[in-house]
Amino acid sequence: MSGYTAATPQDIALMLDVIGVDSIEQLFDGIPPGVRLDGEIDLAPGLPEQAVYAELRRLAARNVSTEDEVCFLGAGMYDHYVPSIIDMLMSRSEFLTPYTPYQPEVSQGGLQVMFEYQTAISELTGLPVSNASLYEGPSAVGAAAYLAKLANKRKRIVVSRGVHPHSRETLHTLATGYGMTVDEIALTDGLTDLDPLRAALGDDVSAVIIQQPNFLGTIEEVQALSDAAHEVGALMICAADPLTLGVIEAPGAQGVDVCVGEGQTLGNRLDFGGPSFGFFAAAEKHLRSMPGRIAGETTDADSRRGFVLTLQTREQHIRREKATSNICTSQALNALGGVVYLSWLGRQGIVEIGELMLQRTHYARETLSAIDGVQKLHDWPVVREFALRLDVGGPDEVQRVLERCAAAGINAGYALGRSYDEYPDGLLVAITEQRSRADIDRFAIVLANAVAAERALLASEVAA
Amino acid sequence: MSALEGGATAQQRERATTIFEKGAPGRRAFSAPALDVPHVDDLIPARLRRAAPPRLPEASEPEIVRHYVNLSKRNFDLDSSFYPLGSCTMKHNPRLHERVAGLPGHARLHPLQDPKRAQGALELMFNLQQALGEIAGLPHVSLQPSAGSHGELAGVLATRAYHADRGEQRTTVLTPESAHGTNPATVTMAGYETVKVKLDAAGGVDVDDLRAKADEHTACLMLTNPSTLGIFDPNIEEIAAIVHAVGATLYYDGANLNAIMGYARPGDMGFDIVHFNLHKTFTQPHGGGGPGAGPIAVSERMEPYLPRPQVVRKPPANGGGPTFDLDHDRPKSIGKLRGFQGNYGVFVRTYAYILSLGAEGLKEISEIAVLNANYLLARLRAEVGDLLPLAFGERCMHEFVLSGAPMRKQLGIRTLDLAKRLLDHGMHPPTVYFPLVVDEALLIEPTETETRETLDEFVDAIVAIVREAAQDPEIARNAPYTTPVRRLDEAGAAKRPRVRQAL
Amino acid sequence: MAEASYPDELRYHPEHDWAKVDDAIATFGITWFAQDALGEVVFFEPPQVGTSVTANDYYAEVESVKAVSEVIAPLSGEIVEVNLGLSETPEAINEDPYGEGWMVKVKLSDPSELDTLLDRDTYVGGLE
Repeated sequence: MSGYTAATPQDIALMLDVIGVDSIEQLFDGIPPGVRLDGEIDLAPGLPEQAVYAELRRLAARNVSTEDEVCFLGAGMYDHYVPSIIDMLMSRSEFLTPYTPYQPEVSQGGLQVMFEYQTAISELTGLPVSNASLYEGPSAVGAAAYLAKLANKRKRIVVSRGVHPHSRETLHTLATGYGMTVDEIALTDGLTDLDPLRAALGDDVSAVIIQQPNFLGTIEEVQALSDAAHEVGALMICAADPLTLGVIEAPGAQGVDVCVGEGQTLGNRLDFGGPSFGFFAAAEKHLRSMPGRIAGETTDADSRRGFVLTLQTREQHIRREKATSNICTSQALNALGGVVYLSWLGRQGIVEIGELMLQRTHYARETLSAIDGVQKLHDWPVVREFALRLDVGGPDEVQRVLERCAAAGINAGYALGRSYDEYPDGLLVAITEQRSRADIDRFAIVLANAVAAERALLASEVAA
Repeated sequence: MSALEGGATAQQRERATTIFEKGAPGRRAFSAPALDVPHVDDLIPARLRRAAPPRLPEASEPEIVRHYVNLSKRNFDLDSSFYPLGSCTMKHNPRLHERVAGLPGHARLHPLQDPKRAQGALELMFNLQQALGEIAGLPHVSLQPSAGSHGELAGVLATRAYHADRGEQRTTVLTPESAHGTNPATVTMAGYETVKVKLDAAGGVDVDDLRAKADEHTACLMLTNPSTLGIFDPNIEEIAAIVHAVGATLYYDGANLNAIMGYARPGDMGFDIVHFNLHKTFTQPHGGGGPGAGPIAVSERMEPYLPRPQVVRKPPANGGGPTFDLDHDRPKSIGKLRGFQGNYGVFVRTYAYILSLGAEGLKEISEIAVLNANYLLARLRAEVGDLLPLAFGERCMHEFVLSGAPMRKQLGIRTLDLAKRLLDHGMHPPTVYFPLVVDEALLIEPTETETRETLDEFVDAIVAIVREAAQDPEIARNAPYTTPVRRLDEAGAAKRPRVRQAL
Repeated sequence: MAEASYPDELRYHPEHDWAKVDDAIATFGITWFAQDALGEVVFFEPPQVGTSVTANDYYAEVESVKAVSEVIAPLSGEIVEVNLGLSETPEAINEDPYGEGWMVKVKLSDPSELDTLLDRDTYVGGLE
């Protein structure tokens, strides 16, 4: 008997008697003999708690985490500090163990958290309505494209290559299903440029998708891009990093119709990629086409203020094949982390952390691009992330530079050649409030040595 | 009105105030690290700079903690009481899982870390793929989907890719009438049309109707087995044969896997694709509605279409152990369904659970889940079988559906009223009004982690409620009384939606 | 509306819709029975003026908290007016299904279809 079940032999005997059968096996008689498992599942025998802990500890020790090295790797998830109150609140039984709030009378805590979360996301994005969250960032981009299809019935999506490669790949996957085509437009000097966008637009375009700041950390000229999209009647969808929205203008104030994004930067752990949450906010007119759960304010039988899941007729359990999405859940626990983080950061903190990232990003870009053999990819304004070119040869040499930095305890960033043929020698460097000037200065020395070593090798190969 | 003893405390019943209504201008919890680099003005041009900072709360750390701790006390939770929500598998969430998922080597691992420096994570994912494949009886697993519905989408898109690869354009997907709403919603998102298959008198798939509807246009049949009625379909072999005969794939919605581990495997039943709900069968805490994970296992013919990347094991080299890597080079893959490699934190918990239980433990889980359900069913039939009869059959697997129709007729209270009155007894109600094919449905899933005493208390509560209703149905009709709020005006919320606070 | 009612002057469709015909223009709505079965109506999205409707096909959706129902056109024609007030006060469909709760006015394309509809007594007879 495992510690997670309670039936003793006496219990079992009594229960079988009440049921009126002789054995537990008899309860499985409904399974036809032809599909009964012959023998046992082939898995190792169960282990006691301390042995399981030891095994999971062994596996953890085989990973190099952001506690073990100085991390300049970002590219969609970032090593921000997670405040201690988040661990404490997210591990409370009352938030950790309930199901979706189907019985609102006993779920007011979770429902109010959703309502507060929606308020915070609305405020950050500058859009009036938000849902209670989706799985994560890239799939939220796919969900936004589906909303565009429902809104204008058009079938072509135009997406900037400044949008995260995983978001674009997810979009291609999902669009195959819901019958849309996806056209990508190249970046010009790291920025989504109006001319190629206009060239790609037509009255068959359902939506334009950009990212703010884009994958290279560049701050996009959102308003001008929105205007171009609206001229052909397309929706403007923007994937945004919420933690930069204290200093960058709200997408909703720049013509964006739907703003989505990855919520990990708001108080969620890296967790090797998940779970986190995706946020989804939109203009009022799209409220009834939104995917996912939405909490709303109302009153109870005694006129007390309360909260419920609302507008449920959009959802799969009611509208079935005509639902606005097949999604059944929010990422409630992760979104709780998000709203607690935003409360902890507060009205001043969201600007301060944005400003700190802005200044340090600038400092790091200037410092690193001063290294011999290292250049900025472009001069546009950047925040939290920026791209460099390493004049060391090609992607293989960039990879070796990364190895050299790793050996010195620094994770230097993301080799852009992994997802961009147009930037084979690119390196994407991320900055958070945890990367101090001292870290950046040390990184500069390590990177300079690594680049110099690769350039020396390159020179000797050329000479040979 | 006759409320029960106890109930909500004054604090729980306080008028709700949001975090935005607390605090005061200038208050804060965060202290920013010092600006340690030279300040440069105008790094962002004015037109791109945020004009009005977002109006987030202004509160101190103690205020924030008190606010959310007090909110938490307005939630019902599984750690405190019985939660027999059918189809949701509300089983105990071992805290060991939280501890191991929180180890920095897991929790603070960057998803794009070089695979060479993430060997522990990749080994864990590989081993989990193997274990889930073994449990499902199917050879290949993708961990990427983030929820059951996401797994469904992965599976149906893979089906689409499979047919397209064979040069076929199929148009329809079959689902039984009792299917979860996600099935038809997924079908639409994957570009197919849903065709409903009728149920037979026993609540299983009507095989004749299936035979009539399965044809060369059929891409797939999506099935839950045991079904949402808690019944294992006795015709599963014939169903699989019919579907395969027309060249369609067979999809297994794994929502009810908790019923059959160690006794039957979807792969052996002929299914091509299975999704797991790691938050149901494998104890990922539900978190008030997420996170979860919905990995899929597939047969050999579906393997090329699995999402990218896949975790692979490479044979030992230079006398070392095996190494693990991410394989992105999968030309026929449907592509990515989300960022990175999936909800790794959920995989850690699931893996810990499988290590703890092993093959025997998993089998015992299903045995006790089915035992508990049948015991609860037998007791309820004995006590209130006339008012709340079993909708189909004689026995059940891990869950069962009662119909509240006779109760409504004889006592004048609906299933909803019974559910609300259960809240006054300190228990979470079962799933109500699902499946749709049963009038006044009550779907009950006790799970294996509940004691016999708890099941008996639940029976006592149901008996007390129907007895009370026989005397005075108004009590149940107006319940609950002891909760932080009473019945809420859902119609008002939907008519004039207030989905954010005006700031 | 507490009491069931089915006015004599209306014509009924078995899917619980009514039509009131004035020359070539008909007003459509749902019956007392339909609104009662649906429960409290929370949303009605009127169709566009100018769209054609076909008898026995749906032309709009009406929503309660946990259900969506299609509204069937009893007769064919072109929509010439919609009840915009229902987007603000959908409860009119419950409170006054034959008055303030009307849904659309339609210019009939085939008035002879009127013969296919039921009179009050036949419709009410079918409800039992």
